Amino acid sequence: MGKRVGMEVSIAAAEAVKQANVDVISAYPITPQTHIVEHLSELVANGELDAEFVPVESEHTAMSVCVGSEATGARSFTCTSSQGLALMSEIVFITSGLRLPIVMIIANRTLSSPLSIWNDHSDVMSIRDCGWIQYFVENGQEAYDHVFCAYRLAEDRDVLLPVIINMDGFILSHVIEPIEFIDQEEIDRFLPPYKPLYRLHPDQPVTMGAFALPSIYTETKKAQEVALLSSMPKILETWKAFGDLTGRYYNPIETYKTEDAETVLITMGSFGETASVAVDRMREEGRSAGLVKIRLWRPFPFDAFRKAVLGAKNLVVIDRAISLGGPGGPVASEVKAALYGEESKPTVYNYVAGISGRDVSPSDFIKMVDKAEIEIEEGKKDGYEIYGVRE
Amino acid sequence: MTKPESEWTWKELPVGNVVLEPGNASQYRTGDWKTLMPVLTKERCIHCGLCYIFCPDMAYSVNEEGYFIADLFYCKGCGICARECPTGAIAMVEEEK
Repeated sequence: MGKRVGMEVSIAAAEAVKQANVDVISAYPITPQTHIVEHLSELVANGELDAEFVPVESEHTAMSVCVGSEATGARSFTCTSSQGLALMSEIVFITSGLRLPIVMIIANRTLSSPLSIWNDHSDVMSIRDCGWIQYFVENGQEAYDHVFCAYRLAEDRDVLLPVIINMDGFILSHVIEPIEFIDQEEIDRFLPPYKPLYRLHPDQPVTMGAFALPSIYTETKKAQEVALLSSMPKILETWKAFGDLTGRYYNPIETYKTEDAETVLITMGSFGETASVAVDRMREEGRSAGLVKIRLWRPFPFDAFRKAVLGAKNLVVIDRAISLGGPGGPVASEVKAALYGEESKPTVYNYVAGISGRDVSPSDFIKMVDKAEIEIEEGKKDGYEIYGVRE
Repeated sequence: MTKPESEWTWKELPVGNVVLEPGNASQYRTGDWKTLMPVLTKERCIHCGLCYIFCPDMAYSVNEEGYFIADLFYCKGCGICARECPTGAIAMVEEEK
């Protein structure tokens, strides 16, 4: 068992990238991701990490560098937030189409405008359909752990897909948390060196990123979707192997006090810990409340999700992003789609809360549950509101 | 490539749609894009090779008699050769299909 250290989560995440023994890092600094790449550049400069750190002029180039390096068989890492992700997005879609197992941490931050450096999920929701495997971590330990899980999963010959680790900007990235470090020998056993299936090499020339006519493009997308959907067993297998190594077992859907719960909160990311405090308080008051935390956003774990919520009467889904002009937040849309085919299903009430880093406390979660329960009782079927707006 | 791309199923695609056969772009018929095709009047040809030099698709090659001839499998019918020919030996005529 490794030692437990108090450390800023960004630094711990960077240390994990070092322990994952990456070959190439390319990134452009942007708040609140900065500390991660800053620390990595120090590790490379100090000779503590034998990797190429490629400083670039933009995130578009950062991901382009990673595509190039990964294509030659080098384990590559990048990291961004918000506007940086928006600028990078063109290459994000190319990466998954090329099936390059790059790992990226997104320190989630609000998209402009208005300009805001604080946390929400609007950045990653803008690339929701990019074809990457997407985790949302809840705390610093999960952020550290998922770097290893991400590389092992991404590079698996049966997967070969890039992975995004979403971690809430500031709320996680800039907070000091106790992190249990894993010994390097154990990491090396868990994460073997990357053996690419295809790579750019003069001895065996291949073309990556070729043009596709309408006569073949549809087949390429079918193949890509099947690859993403069929990564699920490997996602579970990777978490199981990680749990056997560290004792920390992760699931695509985590449940907290959901047994016989009438009302279940649904959260993603760092909301989970606060919401669990709210659930504890409601339980103390004798209320029938539980919590479901979505850790795996893509591929969406429909079966595990249905299994977790189908016994409940009400679902209170908390989104940290707005889907402007849509049916509510993106998580609620997914939740409703997951339940559509069910004969008997809970009523969904959706809140958008905590955008641009506005605090959401345990009592806020309780207030959201209070209102949802009353309105559902009164017959409301499709509740949706932006929580805490001054009228 | 044993069968045309338009007959491949999704299961037959290599991971990431990597092209494993180097130089297989030569199998791609760009010739069916054209409406006009170049026709050479040999009597006027002075073998200068400007058509060969200017052709953006490298469709031209020299035949045994020393004339530059466009391979219609690749020729897109852009007409640059006809425009550049100093003696007007190349005419663009409608292709009969």
